Amino acid sequence: MATPVNVYGPAMSTAVSRVLACLLEKNVDFQLISVNMAKGEHKKPEYLKIQPFGQVPAFEDEDISLFESRSICRYICEKYADQGNKGLYGTNPLAKASIDQWLEAEGQSFSPPSSALVFQLAFAPRMKIKQDQVAIKQNEEKLSKVLDVYEKRLGETQFLAGDEFSLADLSHLPNAQYLVNATDRGELFTSRENVGRWWDEISSRDSWKKVVGMQQQKSA
Amino acid sequence: MVVKVYGTVRSACVQRVLACLLEKEVDFDVVHVDLEAGEQKRPEFLVLQPFGQVPAIEDGYLKLYESRAIIKYYAAKYADHGPNLLGSSLEERALVDQWLEVEAHNFNDLVYTLVLQLVILPRMGKPGDLALAHSCEQKLETVLDVYEQRLSKSSYLAGETFSLADLSHLPGIRYLMNEAKMGNLVTERKNVNAWWEDISNRPAWKKLMQLAGH
Repeated sequence: MATPVNVYGPAMSTAVSRVLACLLEKNVDFQLISVNMAKGEHKKPEYLKIQPFGQVPAFEDEDISLFESRSICRYICEKYADQGNKGLYGTNPLAKASIDQWLEAEGQSFSPPSSALVFQLAFAPRMKIKQDQVAIKQNEEKLSKVLDVYEKRLGETQFLAGDEFSLADLSHLPNAQYLVNATDRGELFTSRENVGRWWDEISSRDSWKKVVGMQQQKSA
Repeated sequence: MVVKVYGTVRSACVQRVLACLLEKEVDFDVVHVDLEAGEQKRPEFLVLQPFGQVPAIEDGYLKLYESRAIIKYYAAKYADHGPNLLGSSLEERALVDQWLEVEAHNFNDLVYTLVLQLVILPRMGKPGDLALAHSCEQKLETVLDVYEQRLSKSSYLAGETFSLADLSHLPGIRYLMNEAKMGNLVTERKNVNAWWEDISNRPAWKKLMQLAGH
């Protein structure tokens, strides 16, 4: 029986939950090790040893210590290629290239405006930080343009990188979950026919439901 | 088969791709896209790259965009030709990927914003946001302190060999040093400076600099 891998960070962190979703898709046993960000634990020397930028998540298994959620996901897919969802990162170079392209689109085009909106609309109120209405408007406009591109793409293929669920779709789950369920801007997704259909499909996967369960547990 | 790269030889993201193709000795043609005239936002171009950005590539039937996805594809396709830019073991490849993600998420945005505010907007006759630029500069100092520490332990970001992770930084650092005139961020850090000297003197990068007329 393999030793469980370690993931450091809170389940409610979007980047941490990206890694958890991947581990669950691949049936990899893990331990979630808490990092108390409210107390600044992620900026302390002990933590900086495993993530020198002071961010979550960090990841450890018996062979490696890694950070950056998307590279942790890729590593998990390569190391555990033969178990769980085998096509998650593609089974040939062309499929992989398409997944990497949409992973980059997520990281470069979807994530900046969606992260800003998640912070402003879901987290700032909880942290008693004043919302920046200009930032909200600007990022909503940016995200709308990105989702227009997604709407067209998802009219051509079932999922972003092709007709199978992949790491590229998975990578969108954390931010979209907050926007659809913890803010009043869910219609950005649900008012677009293809994006709405895609969101329903990817968010009802067992692996994602488990992650959401973990997020809800921790925030009790 | 010649790879068609759509964009301009002066665009940082296009340079990321060309640097990789030059390292791997893959023949390419740059198909010029007139960014100033907004050609990248026209319907004919959006077919290739629906976000209206450069680069995009065409290689036979393959169409691909996002520079970091493109370089990963070619580094893997030609793994046995030219320098190995990906790492040899699963762990090495993961470290290359990790530092490529660091470049994409911790480094690139700061450099992009700095260059936009201090160089691009003024060139267009518009005022740059100096407060924003200063804030980015401070954040970039913190990021480069981490690089300084990292590069005290290994010659390159992912280990002892030059990889995509180092390559990916070349265009941005060049903009920072030569156009935004913030070379001190690099030269004031002993290890970062040595690393920059090394990677920017690679023949493939020098060839690209010639092509770009820098």
